[in-house]
Amino acid sequence: MNYNWNWGIFREPNPEGSGTYLDLLLMGLNWTLATAALAAVIALVFGATIGVIRTLPSRGLVLAGDAWVEFFRNIPLLVQLFLWYFVLPELLPKAAGMWLKTLPNASFWTGAIGVGLFMSSRVAEQVKAGIRSLPRGQAMAGTALGLTTAQTYRYVLLPMAFRIILPPLTSELLNTVKNTSVALTIGLMELTARTRAMQEYSFQVFEAFTAATLIYLVLNASLTFLMRRLERAVAVPGYVTGK
Amino acid sequence: MSNAAGPMIEMAAVSKWYSPQFQVLKDCTTSVAKGEVVVVCGPSGSGKSTLIKCVNALEPFQAGTIRVDGINLSDPGTDLPKLRARIGMVFQHFELFPHLRITENLCLAQEKVLGRSRDEAMAKGKALLDRVGLSEHAGKFPGQLSGGQQQRVAIARALAMDPIAMLFDEPTSALDPEMITEVLDVMVELAREGMTMMVVTHEMGFARKVAHRVIFMDRGEIIEDRNKEEFFGSPRSDRAQLFLSKILAH
Repeated sequence: MNYNWNWGIFREPNPEGSGTYLDLLLMGLNWTLATAALAAVIALVFGATIGVIRTLPSRGLVLAGDAWVEFFRNIPLLVQLFLWYFVLPELLPKAAGMWLKTLPNASFWTGAIGVGLFMSSRVAEQVKAGIRSLPRGQAMAGTALGLTTAQTYRYVLLPMAFRIILPPLTSELLNTVKNTSVALTIGLMELTARTRAMQEYSFQVFEAFTAATLIYLVLNASLTFLMRRLERAVAVPGYVTGK
Repeated sequence: MSNAAGPMIEMAAVSKWYSPQFQVLKDCTTSVAKGEVVVVCGPSGSGKSTLIKCVNALEPFQAGTIRVDGINLSDPGTDLPKLRARIGMVFQHFELFPHLRITENLCLAQEKVLGRSRDEAMAKGKALLDRVGLSEHAGKFPGQLSGGQQQRVAIARALAMDPIAMLFDEPTSALDPEMITEVLDVMVELAREGMTMMVVTHEMGFARKVAHRVIFMDRGEIIEDRNKEEFFGSPRSDRAQLFLSKILAH
């Protein structure tokens, strides 16, 4: 293979006039972080809500929650992003569709919301499993003390359910970060998109993707480390699971 | 609308079905007077736990009526959370909230349901903890206590709500033998103070000591409902006699 290695490429100016190639990648990282952060918040808020709804005694609410989960987890993320980005504006009334199409940073909003909703179905599944894993008597004890259903969830069930599902939630957080790369298909210039741009400008494909690989690795390893610390910080003394 | 002379808990023809084919409670009628201690016993699967859970509407039932302190549970206007807050309940598996310290377990419902201040709730909780002999464990988490200690905390948690009656659902069944006494001692003391109690238990020693009446259930039906002396003296039904001979054999 005749390849011209050049690790100094990162300090060379990029043809976009926005600094060095390293700056180009870091700009991409910023969009990745922003998209992942918003997507994670959306996934957590909607996932927790839908997860709770699916454990309530109302048949209608449970069905609605199930429908949400099945919709968002059974369609590939790529197809979902295309739906929100290309199809939705055409289905809306003309003015609303126009507003969507001309929205500044449309690919960022669509990417973050799209990835967030996709991930919410997975979080919902775990929140439901977490609540279900608690002994039935816990909810009964809360109810018997006079707590309302909302209070029982807030003070009794959710604090334990979230502790139990923290390890799988960590995986979902990492998936959220990684899935933001799919948003390059709707034009979001996040890390992977910037890496491809660097490769096209400079032909240093190995350097570019080595850098992207390391950045993703360090980012997700740091998140894993932080989540482990969180797990330890909220661990309940003397609590043994599996009752 | 509390009625000084009337019964605290009244059940009339209570029936419950899990499915059209499976009836768990059949026409259960009984009552518990103020200050009375009633023990409910019977073989497993006889519906005694279900019956006691109907009293504070933890389990729904399809037919019959239950009144607690004159309030009809099935009345759409009944504020169930408010009524439940006035009925203490103790579970077989304690059901303390594992993520909360003992003091927080005692304060939670006092603050969120009764609207007491933290200081007020804490004072009440500490006094009750002292009463069940666990003051030195106030700052611990439930998982750091033994089963017997957890159950005593659970009783204190129920008492902190100043209940008008206490329901016990097999409170000693999940305990090691050497811990049963410490829990029963607390319950005996409560009974002697005049607390209205409905207790599902197989502890016939407890029944003999403090119960006024004993209810015997089998297959969802109340077979016997008699004074303690009569029940232990000469239970009328064969089923109750067989049951007693089995659990009193050793």
